[in-house]
Amino acid sequence: MKQLTLRYSALVVALGAILFLGACHKKQPPPPPPPPPAPVAPTASLTASPETIDKGQSSTLTWQTTNATDISIEGIGAVQANGSQQVSPADSTTYTLTAKGAGGSQTATARVTVNAAPPPPPPQQSNLTEEQQFAQNIKDVYFDYDRSDVRGDQQTSIQSDVGFLQQHSNIGFTIEGHCDERGSTEYNLALGDNRASAVKNALVAAGISADRIKTISYGKEKPFCTESNEACWQQNRRGHFVYSK
Amino acid sequence: MNQLFCRNTIHSIHAMVARFSLRAVASGFCLLLLWLVQARAGWAQDWLKTGTGLGVERPRIAVPEFKASNQDPRNSELLKTFNDTLWNDLSNAGIFEMVSKSFYPLGQIGTPGDVKFESWNSPPPNSAFLVFGNLAANGNNQIVQGWLYDAKNVQSPQVLAKQYTDAANTQGARVIAHKFADEIIFRLGGGVNGIAETQIYYVSSRGGRKEIWAMDYDGANQHPVTTLGTISLSPHISPDGSRLAFSSFTGAGWEIRMFSFDLNRLVQFPRFGGTNLSPSWSPDGSRLAFSSSRSGDPEIYVVDQSGGNLHRITNSRGPDVSPVWNRKTGSEIAWVSGRTGLPQIYSMGSDGTNVQAVTDQGYAVSPAWSPNGQFLVFSWMRHYGPGAPGAQDIYIMDVASKQWVQLTHDGGRNDFPAWAPDGRHIIFQSNRSGSLQIWSMLADGSNQKQLTNSGSNSEPDWSWK
Repeated sequence: MKQLTLRYSALVVALGAILFLGACHKKQPPPPPPPPPAPVAPTASLTASPETIDKGQSSTLTWQTTNATDISIEGIGAVQANGSQQVSPADSTTYTLTAKGAGGSQTATARVTVNAAPPPPPPQQSNLTEEQQFAQNIKDVYFDYDRSDVRGDQQTSIQSDVGFLQQHSNIGFTIEGHCDERGSTEYNLALGDNRASAVKNALVAAGISADRIKTISYGKEKPFCTESNEACWQQNRRGHFVYSK
Repeated sequence: MNQLFCRNTIHSIHAMVARFSLRAVASGFCLLLLWLVQARAGWAQDWLKTGTGLGVERPRIAVPEFKASNQDPRNSELLKTFNDTLWNDLSNAGIFEMVSKSFYPLGQIGTPGDVKFESWNSPPPNSAFLVFGNLAANGNNQIVQGWLYDAKNVQSPQVLAKQYTDAANTQGARVIAHKFADEIIFRLGGGVNGIAETQIYYVSSRGGRKEIWAMDYDGANQHPVTTLGTISLSPHISPDGSRLAFSSFTGAGWEIRMFSFDLNRLVQFPRFGGTNLSPSWSPDGSRLAFSSSRSGDPEIYVVDQSGGNLHRITNSRGPDVSPVWNRKTGSEIAWVSGRTGLPQIYSMGSDGTNVQAVTDQGYAVSPAWSPNGQFLVFSWMRHYGPGAPGAQDIYIMDVASKQWVQLTHDGGRNDFPAWAPDGRHIIFQSNRSGSLQIWSMLADGSNQKQLTNSGSNSEPDWSWK
C-alpha cells in the first residue's frame, strides 16, 4: 500500500512540475517552417491598339501580368496587374512594362507610332459638325463702297478660308454677294454679283476647285444690319459664305 | 457751282408734251418754269423756282357735279364716285386749270338745256370749257351721259357728247369716269391719249415678301399679280399689255420670269444661269433686253420675246444693268454701267455699237426713255462724294443736247422713274414720307402725289396704253 501511495505522489509531483514549468517557462522557438516551393518567374505582356495613330489621336495599351508584385509602365507609373489605358503620345513612343516578382522581373514593350504629318484641326476632337466648323472657321470678305475688288486687308481672310477649304475638300458652298442700302436695287444686285464672283475668283486662283463654289447675289435684299450708318453698311458690303454640302 | 437752265430745254419739254389743237390754246401742258439751282458745297438742296406761268395758259375747265336722271336710291353713291373720279382725272391730266367749285353758279346741269352760258364763260368762273352730264342706275347697269362744251362758242358749243353703260357699282362708275376723262383729254390735249385707264405695275412687300402688284394710275384698286413667296423685282409690262416680265429669286439665283395676263399665270421662259435682272421690252414687243452674269460678269443681253436667240451686246468689266429701249425708235438702248467706277448712264445702238456716256459724274441709275424718244429720266446723286448730302433725285435730260433739269427737290431717295404713255406724267419711288412709296408727278416735277401707303412699294412701271 505504501508503494502505491509513493507512485501517486510521484505522479502528482511530476504533474505539478509539468504544469509549473509549462506555465512559467518561455515558449520553445517554433519549429522551422517547411521550405517554400521554388519561386515562379513573373510573366508580362503589353499590346497597343492601334499601333499607329495620327497626332492627337489616342491608342489603347492593354497589359496582363502574372506572379508579379511590382508592376509599372514607363512613363505612366505603377499599374494594376491587368488593365488597359488610353495614351495619346505627341511623338512615336515605346512603352515598357516591368513586372517584378519573387521569381525575378519581366518586361514587355509596345510601340505606338505617331504619324508625322497629321491634319492639325482634328475633326474628331470636338463634336462639331462639318457645317458648324465651316461657320466657325470661314471668314466673310468685306468690300469698299461701290467696289467689287478684294481689298488688301481682306487677303488674310481669303488665305484662311483657302486653308480650311483645302483641308475639307469635300465641302461645297455658296458665296452670296451683299450690298449696303444705298444706291439702286438693280445696280446693287449686279454689284453683288460682281462681289460674289470676285471672292470666287480669288479662291479659284488659290487652288480651290470652281466646281465647289456657287455664287448668288442678294444686292441689298437681305441685309445683315439695318441701321443707316457706316458701321452697319460695312457689315452689309460682303461676300458671305454659306455651307451647302 | 451755279447752274442756270436755259429755257430751251424747258420749251422742248413743253413742245413734246402739249400741242393743243383746239382754239388758240397755244399752250404747253406745263407752265414755263425757270429753274435756278444753286448748289453750294454741302447744300445741294438749295433751289429756287421763279416765274411761273410766263405767257403760257392752261385752259380753264369747269366740271360741275353730274346730276341724277332718275330716282334710283343707288344714284347718290355712284355719283359721288363718278364725280370725284372725273374731277381727279381731269385735274391729274396736267393740262387744265380746274375752275374752283366755289365760283360755280347755283343749279345743277344735267342736260344741254340747263346750260346758261353767260354764267360760265364770264368771270368769276370764266371757263373756257364746261363738262356736265347725268347718271342713272337702272337695273344692273348705270348709264352716264356726258358733254364737253366750248363755253365761249355759244353758237356751236358741243365738242363731245358721249353715253356710257357699265355695271351699277362704284367700280363701274370709276371706269366710266376714266373713259370720259380720257376722251376729253384726248380732244383738248393735242391728240395725246389720256392715262386715266392705264395701269401701274410695281413691287410691294406689304404681304411680307416682295411680289409684283398692280393698280390704277391714280392708286386705286391695288392688288397682287404674283404670289411666288420669294423676291420678285423690276416688273416691266409688254407694250400690248398682255405679258409682264420681271426678275425673281429662285433657289438657283435670279431668273427672268414671264406672267401672262391672257392665261393669268406664269408662262415658260428660259433660264440663262447667273444673275438675270431688269428685263425691258422693245417698243414693238418683239424683244427683251436684260442684264445677265451668265458669263461671269453682268452684261446686257437681248433675246426674242419668247427667250430665244440670246446674244450679248456689252463687254466690259463691272456691273451692266437696267437697259431700256428708246420707245420711239427701238434702235437705241440706254443702260447703267459701273465700268468707270460709280454707276453712270450710257446709250448705245440696240446691237451694242456706238456706246456713248450720258452722265459723267455722281451716281446715276434707273434710266427710262420718254415715249417720244427725246428725253431720259433717271435717278441721280449728282454730288456724290465725301461731305455731299447724298440726296438722290429724279432728273430729266434732253438726250440730244444733254441738258438736264432736276425734277424732285423734296428730300429722301427718289429712284426708278417711269413714263406714262402720254409723256406728261412720271411715276417713281421715294422714301421722303418715311417709308418707300410710289409717287407720281408731271414731267416738269410739279403736282407730286403719293399713290401708295401700305407697306413698302417700289420700282413702278407704267403700262404703254
